[in-house]
Amino acid sequence: MNTQLATRLHARTHASARTWAVTLLGPLTTVGGLVWAFFQPWRLTLLHPHGQGFWWLAIEPPLLVMLVGLGFALLVAPGLIDDLQDEEDDAATL
Amino acid sequence: MQPPSEHVHWAFATGFLVLGLCLLAEAIVGTEVWRRRRWRAYLWPGFAFGMGVLMWPVMVFFTNSTIHMLAHGSWAQALMLAGAAELGLVSGKLTSRWWYLCSAVGLAVAGIAFLIHEQNPWLFQRSSFLHHALGLTALVVAIFPLGKAFRPRALGWNAGFALGFVVIAVFLYSDRDLAPIFGHLSPLAGTPHR
Repeated sequence: MNTQLATRLHARTHASARTWAVTLLGPLTTVGGLVWAFFQPWRLTLLHPHGQGFWWLAIEPPLLVMLVGLGFALLVAPGLIDDLQDEEDDAATL
Repeated sequence: MQPPSEHVHWAFATGFLVLGLCLLAEAIVGTEVWRRRRWRAYLWPGFAFGMGVLMWPVMVFFTNSTIHMLAHGSWAQALMLAGAAELGLVSGKLTSRWWYLCSAVGLAVAGIAFLIHEQNPWLFQRSSFLHHALGLTALVVAIFPLGKAFRPRALGWNAGFALGFVVIAVFLYSDRDLAPIFGHLSPLAGTPHR
């Protein structure tokens, strides 16, 4: 054990409002797409695929909204939240 | 194999939704945090530029009149200009905050193109209504990057800019080739095919 090196203890007890906002952006978008699909199921051709052409099956708006939300939540938000928390920790130690 | 034009509108709506989410996240966390990772800094300007490039084939393959073609061409140029200016700012090759005006000019030109190229009244059919609504929305949203040029870090300007793209996405998702709007459909518009 090296006692000459001081490491920062991350004792984060609660997420900031900004962190919550970024965390919720993706899931809220996904829920928006889900609610849309519930109210307009005919726009989801996957539910009745027989006789549909390629584009009607490839581009389904409620599904696209859900995918955008999922993509943001899984690909963008985690790194952004890490960077935001690092910045908030840096600001707190100053 | 060419997609119906309403599908192209929905695909672009998805692009605008991505732009809106990224811009909203940047408005929330601040530009410094958003740009801490290089790929993220280039994400939405690159996306906007790419959408501008993709608008050119839309102009070539989906327009059936000169004014329609000119409108799509102006949207392609507006998206590419705004994206390129933001890419220049992110890379550090452009430093003046006045480059944010490119987004404002792009949105204003796009809004005017929407309003000029729509020849029918609001309640002629759904796409007519949406063209009028999109034109006015783009003109209003142009105020936000204008404000951003004067106060780049103000939350209000950045959040308004982001939410403007979300509204544009919602309008584009609502678009159909031929459909009624609030129960109105002009007999001159034709019969809905689906």
